Amino acid sequence: MLQNIDLELEAGSFVALVGPSGCGKSTLLRFISGLEAPSTGTISLARGVNSQLMTPPRLAFVFQDAQLLPWRTVLDNVALPLELQTMSRKEARERAKHPLSEVELGDVHDRFPDQLSGGMRMRVSIARALVTEPEILLLDEPFAALDELTRQRLDERLHRLWLARKMTVVFVTHALAEAVFLAERVLVMSKRPGRIVLDHELGLPERRGMELRTQPAFVRQTALLYAALAEHGALDDQEQKT
Amino acid sequence: MKEPASWRTLWQHALAALPPVVTFSIVIAVWEGAVRAFSVPAFLVPPPSAVLLVAWRERVALGGSLITTARGACFGFLLSVTVGAFVGFVFSLSRWLERGLYPYALFLQTVPIVAVAPLLVLWFGAGLRAVSVSAFIVSVFPVIANTLAGLRSVDPRLSDLFRLYGASLPDSVLKLRLPSAIPSVMTGLKVASGLSVIGAIVGEFVAGFSEGNAGLGITVLSAYRQLRTDLLFAAVLSASLLGLSLFALVSAVSAVLLGRLRARG
Repeated sequence: MLQNIDLELEAGSFVALVGPSGCGKSTLLRFISGLEAPSTGTISLARGVNSQLMTPPRLAFVFQDAQLLPWRTVLDNVALPLELQTMSRKEARERAKHPLSEVELGDVHDRFPDQLSGGMRMRVSIARALVTEPEILLLDEPFAALDELTRQRLDERLHRLWLARKMTVVFVTHALAEAVFLAERVLVMSKRPGRIVLDHELGLPERRGMELRTQPAFVRQTALLYAALAEHGALDDQEQKT
Repeated sequence: MKEPASWRTLWQHALAALPPVVTFSIVIAVWEGAVRAFSVPAFLVPPPSAVLLVAWRERVALGGSLITTARGACFGFLLSVTVGAFVGFVFSLSRWLERGLYPYALFLQTVPIVAVAPLLVLWFGAGLRAVSVSAFIVSVFPVIANTLAGLRSVDPRLSDLFRLYGASLPDSVLKLRLPSAIPSVMTGLKVASGLSVIGAIVGEFVAGFSEGNAGLGITVLSAYRQLRTDLLFAAVLSASLLGLSLFALVSAVSAVLLGRLRARG
C-alpha cells in the first residue's frame, strides 16, 4: 500500500499530509501512532540523539469523527485518557478542565455528546487529545465531516493551539487549502501505492488568520500542491468518481 | 410550558394505543357473535364472555397458578441473565473458546425442551427447580448470543483509542465493551423474558406438581382433560399476560439503562 516512504519529522513542526483518498495517508498515521506495524521498515519515535534510553514521546490521536463515548459527559470524555493511564477519576477530571477551556468549552462540562453540535464534539475530541500533554499530535482528517465555516474556525483554533504548545503535529487531509493554511511543511502523496511525491516547506507567516486565505502567497502555494497532485495522476480517480 | 407538552405526549400515547385496542375490540366482538350465531359448542370454542366469566370465578386458583408459574419463569430468567451474560462475556474474550463451546450453546437453543423435560424431573425432581431449569434452557441462548454480539460490536476506532492509551483489560471491559454491549444485551433479555414463560409452562406440563399451588401449565392440562375449554382459554390468557408483564418490566429497565447510556436501543 505504501512504498519507499523515507520521512523525518522535526520536533515541534506542523506537517500536513495530503493525497487522494485511499493512498495510504491514514495508514502512515497509524504506523506513526503504533496502532499498526508496517510489514517492512521501521518507525522510530525519539526525542534526540541519545534517545534510546528515554521513554517514547507521548502521543495523541484525533480520529475522523469525534469518537466520543456517548455515555460520558464532556468532562469525563476528556478525562478518559488519564483514567486509562491509571490516574484517579477525581484528579483526571480536575486536569481535564484546562484543555476544555483551551477549546472554549469550559461551560459545557456536564453535557453529553449528543447534546453538542458536530463542531463542538470535534473540539471535545481535540481537548481529549491534549489532556495528556502530547508531544506528537496525529490528526486523521478530523474536520472532513464538518461544514466549511466550522472547519475554517477549527483550523484557526488548532493552529493557535499548536503555536501555544509547540508540539509536533501531523495532520492528514485531502483538502489542499486546509493543508496550506495550517502547516509549515506539506507532504504530497501519490495514489496507491502511496509515495511521497513532494516535500514542500510553505514559508508562510507563523500567525495565520482568515485574511491569509485570500493572499496571493496562499493561493500560489495551494496551486503548487494542486499541480503536484495532478502531475502524479492523483486527481484522475477523483474526477471519475464525482 | 411543560404542562401542555406532557398533555400532548399523553394524548400521543393514547392515539398510538388506539389502533390495537380497536382491532382487539373488533376481534372479540366478531368472535362472540360468530360463536353465538353458529352455536359452536363451548368445548370447541367458548365465547369470550364465558372465558371472562370463568376467569373471574376461578380468579383465586388462576392467580395462585399464575404466581407459581411466574416464580418458575422468573428464576429461569434470572438464571439465564447471569449464566448467559457470563458465558457471552467469556466467549468474547477468546475466539478459541467461542469456537469450541458455541455449538454446544446452540444445542440448548435447538434441543426440544419437551423431550428433555423428563430428564429434568429425574435430575431435579418434579417442582419448581425442574420448571426453572426448563425456563432457563429455553431462554438462555438469546442472552448468550446477544451479549456476545454486543461485546463484539465495539467501534474499532474507540478500541484504537483505548489501545493508544494502554488501557488495561478491566478498563477496556468496564469503560468500553460493557457499555457498548448493553443495547444488544437488552434485546437479548427482552427475547429471553418471553421465552422463559414458555419454558416454564412446558416444564410444568412434565415436571409440575398437580397438588398444592399448581402452575398454569397444570391448569391447562387439567382443563383440557375435563374439556373445560373456557378455563383452558383463561389459563392461556393468564400465561400470555404473564409473558407480557415480564417483557414490559424488562423493557422498562432497558429504557432507563439505555437512557442513562444515551444509546438508541
